[in-house]
Amino acid sequence: MNPRTPGADLPEHPDFLWRDPEPKRSYDVVIVGGGGHGLATAHYLAKNHGITNVAVLEKGWLGGGNMARNTTIIRSNYLWDESSAIYEASLKLWEGLEEDLGYPILFSQRGVLNLAHTLQDVRDSVRRVEANKLNGVDAEWLEPDEVRKVCPIVNTSTDIRYPVLGATYQPRAGIAKHDYVAWGFARRAHEAGIDLIQDCEVTGFATEGNRVTGVQTTRGTIAAGTVALCAAGHTSVLTDMLGIRVPVQSHPLQALVSELLEPVHPTVVMSNAVHVYVSQAHKGELVMGAGVDSYNGYGQRGAFHVIERQMAAAVELFPVFARAHLLRTWAGIVDTSPDASPIVGRTPYDNVYLNCGWGTGGFKATPGVGWALAHTIAHGEPHANVAPFTLDRFVTGALVDEHGAAAVAH
Amino acid sequence: MTSPFRTAEGGRIDRGTTLEFTFDGQTHTGHPGDTLASALLASGRHQVATSVKLGRPRGIAAAWAEDPGGLVQIEEPFPEPMLLATTVELHDGLVAHGLPGQGRLAEISDSARYDAVHHHVDVLVVGAGPAGLTAALTAARSGARVALVDEQSEAGGSLLGGTDRLDDAPALEWVAAAVAELAGHPEVLHLQRTTAFGSYDDGFVLALERRTDHLGTAAPRHVSRQRVWRLRARSVVVATGAHERPVVFADNDRPGTMLAGAARTFLHRYGVLPGRQAVVFTTNDSAYDAALDLHRAGVAVEAVVDARPAGSPRREECERAGIRVLSGAVVTATQGVERVTHALVAPFVDGQVGAGSAIACDLLLVSGGWNPAVHLFSQARGRLRYDEALGAFLPAEELDRLSVTGAAAGVLDLAGCLADGQRVARAALTALAVAPPGEDRLPTAPEPVVPAAPLVLWRVPDTSGADGNTSFVDLQRDATVADIARAVGAGLRSIEHIKRYTTIGTAHDQGKTSGVLASGITAELLGVPVQATGTTTFRPPYTPVAFAALAGRDRGRLFDPERVTSLHDWHVAAGAVFEDVGQWKRPRHYPRPGEDMETAVLRECAAARTGVGILDGSTLGKIDVQGPDAAVLLDRLYTNMMSSLKVGSVRYGVMCGVDGMVIDDGTVLRLAEDRFLLLTTTGGAAKVLDWMEEWAQTEWPDLRVHCTSVTEQWNTFPVVGPRSRDVIGALFPQVDVANEAFPFMTWRDTALDGVPVRLARISFSGELAFEVYVNPWYGVAVWERLLEAGRPYGITPYGTETMHVLRAEKGYPIIGQDTDGTVTPHDLGMAWAVSKKKPDFVGKRSFARQANQDPLRKQLVGLLPVDRRTVLPEGSQIVELHPDGQLPPPPVPMLGHVTSSYRSAELARPFALALVKGGRSRIGDTVHVPVNGTLVPAEVTGSVLVDPEGARRDG
Ligand SMILES: Cc1cc2nc3c(=O)[nH]c(=O)nc-3n(C[C@H](O)[C@H](O)[C@H](O)COP(=O)(O)OP(=O)(O)OC[C@H]3O[C@@H](n4cnc5c(N)ncnc54)[C@H](O)[C@@H]3O)c2cc1C
Repeated sequence: MNPRTPGADLPEHPDFLWRDPEPKRSYDVVIVGGGGHGLATAHYLAKNHGITNVAVLEKGWLGGGNMARNTTIIRSNYLWDESSAIYEASLKLWEGLEEDLGYPILFSQRGVLNLAHTLQDVRDSVRRVEANKLNGVDAEWLEPDEVRKVCPIVNTSTDIRYPVLGATYQPRAGIAKHDYVAWGFARRAHEAGIDLIQDCEVTGFATEGNRVTGVQTTRGTIAAGTVALCAAGHTSVLTDMLGIRVPVQSHPLQALVSELLEPVHPTVVMSNAVHVYVSQAHKGELVMGAGVDSYNGYGQRGAFHVIERQMAAAVELFPVFARAHLLRTWAGIVDTSPDASPIVGRTPYDNVYLNCGWGTGGFKATPGVGWALAHTIAHGEPHANVAPFTLDRFVTGALVDEHGAAAVAH
Repeated sequence: MTSPFRTAEGGRIDRGTTLEFTFDGQTHTGHPGDTLASALLASGRHQVATSVKLGRPRGIAAAWAEDPGGLVQIEEPFPEPMLLATTVELHDGLVAHGLPGQGRLAEISDSARYDAVHHHVDVLVVGAGPAGLTAALTAARSGARVALVDEQSEAGGSLLGGTDRLDDAPALEWVAAAVAELAGHPEVLHLQRTTAFGSYDDGFVLALERRTDHLGTAAPRHVSRQRVWRLRARSVVVATGAHERPVVFADNDRPGTMLAGAARTFLHRYGVLPGRQAVVFTTNDSAYDAALDLHRAGVAVEAVVDARPAGSPRREECERAGIRVLSGAVVTATQGVERVTHALVAPFVDGQVGAGSAIACDLLLVSGGWNPAVHLFSQARGRLRYDEALGAFLPAEELDRLSVTGAAAGVLDLAGCLADGQRVARAALTALAVAPPGEDRLPTAPEPVVPAAPLVLWRVPDTSGADGNTSFVDLQRDATVADIARAVGAGLRSIEHIKRYTTIGTAHDQGKTSGVLASGITAELLGVPVQATGTTTFRPPYTPVAFAALAGRDRGRLFDPERVTSLHDWHVAAGAVFEDVGQWKRPRHYPRPGEDMETAVLRECAAARTGVGILDGSTLGKIDVQGPDAAVLLDRLYTNMMSSLKVGSVRYGVMCGVDGMVIDDGTVLRLAEDRFLLLTTTGGAAKVLDWMEEWAQTEWPDLRVHCTSVTEQWNTFPVVGPRSRDVIGALFPQVDVANEAFPFMTWRDTALDGVPVRLARISFSGELAFEVYVNPWYGVAVWERLLEAGRPYGITPYGTETMHVLRAEKGYPIIGQDTDGTVTPHDLGMAWAVSKKKPDFVGKRSFARQANQDPLRKQLVGLLPVDRRTVLPEGSQIVELHPDGQLPPPPVPMLGHVTSSYRSAELARPFALALVKGGRSRIGDTVHVPVNGTLVPAEVTGSVLVDPEGARRDG
């Protein structure tokens, strides 16, 4: 027998996850989209508000959208108060989530480094760290030698094209196993009596004035007291059916993995200037991503030059990766908003709630937004953590612009 | 070690040459033409690795990339994680060992070279087996431009592992002739050792050529190790063959268990006997060839175990050879430890397993049928259908520009493959309007024995008592039938969920042998048709590709090639310290011996404020905008009016995004009624040009205007300071530099020794200044002449840091440093740059938004640290004054942040620019800036700290 390969043992799953029920004719709450956000919302509706006459409608398989495709970076070191509030609330929920869900979600707080490569990167990083500290979010600015201590394989030599000038570090940040998170929420929702209905695509809405009375689906019409849209990259397809204009653009975002490797990478590293981000997952594979493909589309794959470019960045920053092998590439469809912040809350329809615009970075928000959206649905008023993220802000101009200033996606 | 399992003759190895290699610390030998796997088998070694989770012994189970067993780590010539022994070509000095599930990365950096080539063809054929070769020949004979790529070391595909005959001669003679013919067509590119690993839209296929790996340490250093071919084909013919599929039974992972076709390949191609005593377990006729060939080679074939009750028409052939054939029987399990010692064989009637007996063997060959290699088709988003007869997935549709032929399309006999390859190539040519060749003879293949229908059998019911826990579906993941049963029991229905729950198909081989098995077993457990279960999505790459190969040449200095101005060598010689600005290397300062940056910058600043300084500003973006509607375009894109600018004059302009936030700024020179020269920030140049093109092309295609980048066509040297007029006047005596004759914000063309020079009175420092524009060919000469002319005045070259200080003292923002995409011109105190007259421009509508009227918007102001000593770190946050000097507990409300901060020679104290909530109404207030745990008080001031009246501008 060989010595135990680190990470080879995956946790045992519970014996039962969820049923595959037939849709009922009517629900108090219909959640469109069985990704992380939809499932978390269902869980917190039941857990926090006792609302269980709920259906989650998923056009494919549960958690098969971006939830199954993301690179699982979890952090809360966002620049603006509004963002750090929701992401930090979410991170606090992550810290208790294994217990809440009774599911081994492999949440690993291994820290995240955001590298700075230019003087402007340094300014932006210091600014974000200082803001984080004042907001009570753990954050540090690390000089290159400290970066090397946290992650010895990062190329911190000064003679590379864009030398590492330092990094922000959030020790409480980390990664989790996306599928298990989705299944954990799904199992809890199922246990609470919520119907998780797969292969059920919403194709239209029945409306009366400014209320939606039900949804048309590939499995028949379902009456709904309240509707919550959690369709990520397909949100604008749904809002089109409702005649609501939502300023999101759907882009492919690619990710990839290597073969299983002995542990080499102890943390999560993100670099915007040398564009790549990478962690080493529990089993040992390197998980990597970069920016969106620039075109709009719904095909869940991207263009190969984007991969080639990010490989160049990866090998530049991590010379030891040179002979690691690319094993698999894929893409999800992300819903990017003009200010790189989400859109959560009310719509012109009284009983329709919107949750979208998380773009390249909504995995980390899964428990946080589920909690806040459930509250919003239960009370008919936005939860404080999502209150700033109205659709209306694109009219009023009260944007929460996370890309200009922080320039860190995911 | 010797090679006791090497046959006496035959195989495509060079027996005259012996290679030495080390595996798991033991020295072995082999020959050129061997793979690591065939050489290990020749020495009698089956077990190569141990499995990732259970630590079970694993061996070589196939002959190429579909092998789920033989994972190795290469140590020499260079550490490389996780390769299949079956795909590693043997070379002298190879050092490798088996792998317990995880590879190891080298600690030293990889000095090999990698590169990429773009290649365009009419027809790309992937796979040089019978179907692919025929297709390539047909395409080549038509005169089309053809590429043929194949992953093996030589052409032939399945023919390499068999004894087929064509035209009454060994089929490999036909292969050799075909290869020779292809080589004679000038428009044909034929690459072996080249794996097409990704198939994208519009005939775009990525292939990896392994150019030197097989040479080991003898690899020439000037040849790239691996090359990515970016192939663009008008038509792609996928002739990638089929992978044999195992059948799952208890302890089916024991070394010595191997796909039947692989054993033939080891025998015929490598001259290796994979065992001495074999049992063959099959559900179809193809494995009979393996049984007979091994028998002829001297292997004792103890039994052919055929799951089909009616057996095979080839039974007789076997029995004539003295091989026992058990029809309606299955292998239920194996025995042994590190190598199979027995196969347990039992009758199999109506899906029920009867009482069995053990047959001794050291080799158990398995064939459960064939899975067409539809990967490239599926990657290109071709739909698949389940074929009940084959028990496999086949292309369900024709794709535009991509066709599938041969075994990959489910054609499993040689004659059929040849004919199909030709048919598909002719159809592809016709679709491309290329006349197919007239003379296009196919070789004659012997009539095959009509095979009996295969039985689709995914797994043998587990009678071992292990409840499917040792019935491995995915060997690399140690995932079993029991795992699938658990997943189904947990309520999972989708094959994607099953995959994720069991991890089947996620390992190194990406499910080449396990994928279809998992679909079949899942469907069986759910009681649904396999078609309903489907497959998981095929994703690139088909086989693993090294990161470095994909990075190619884009590493080190070529990662993002540096841009330098024509003066770069001069700057280097002058001792400049450089800063990365966008892609450019810019001098940040020019320290003299003994100076640090601070003293150098104070000196440079003082020179510009009191004498004269000179900057290489050539990196500023420059866009030449021409056309009758040039002024219209600029009026729509700048917030201020550009159409009213007079020829010969210059105007500062601001561009905003649709959200009304500043995205760039710079000066605009009107060169003619229909021509402007725009200057952008260094980092913003490309973005601004894209921005202009986007609007011009997508929103206002009616405008007659063209935009051209001329950044590299002009050097720009600001000559700055009270003595700049003397310098310019001295060097250009023909120009009247008096203020009245050459006023601020105007430009003039002149010449220096016949070299055209443009002069402009533009100032980014508040001082009297002239910008000198010249063609970069003459850049150094003109720069040196300026220095010479300035010498009497102590002209001092300065870098970006001094430029920043000078402009900050005047309150001029740097877009991207003092702004962050949330700042309007009004926030910058530049309401004057926003036209009230123009009917519309990009961003205008947003200025009317509610949030833009908020008195608490952040505004650009100055900050003076009260202690007159602290240089506030850029990026510091600003909070209200806390009289006790203590921060309250978080969250602490923030007022804004420090955007720029410097020591000022002029002010003799540090100062900063900052964005502060309601900043202009706070002028005179004191705020706190937390710096390293202490609160530094700072006074809020206007943003212009030096020469607020603008008295110095005209000298
Ligand atoms: C490659 C990649 C990497 C990423 N990396 C990170 C990261 O590191 N960290 C991070 O925080 N975030 C990351 N993200 C973003 C994150 O995945 C998303 O923001 C988040 O998953 C979105 O929420 P969700 O889970 O509900 O979305 P999804 O899982 O996409 O759920 C939406 C669901 O709605 C369903 N649906 C759509 N239309 C309909 C309809 N008409 N009827 C019924 N159902 C419908 C879809 O099928 C889908 O299942 C990444 C995303 C991608 C693609």
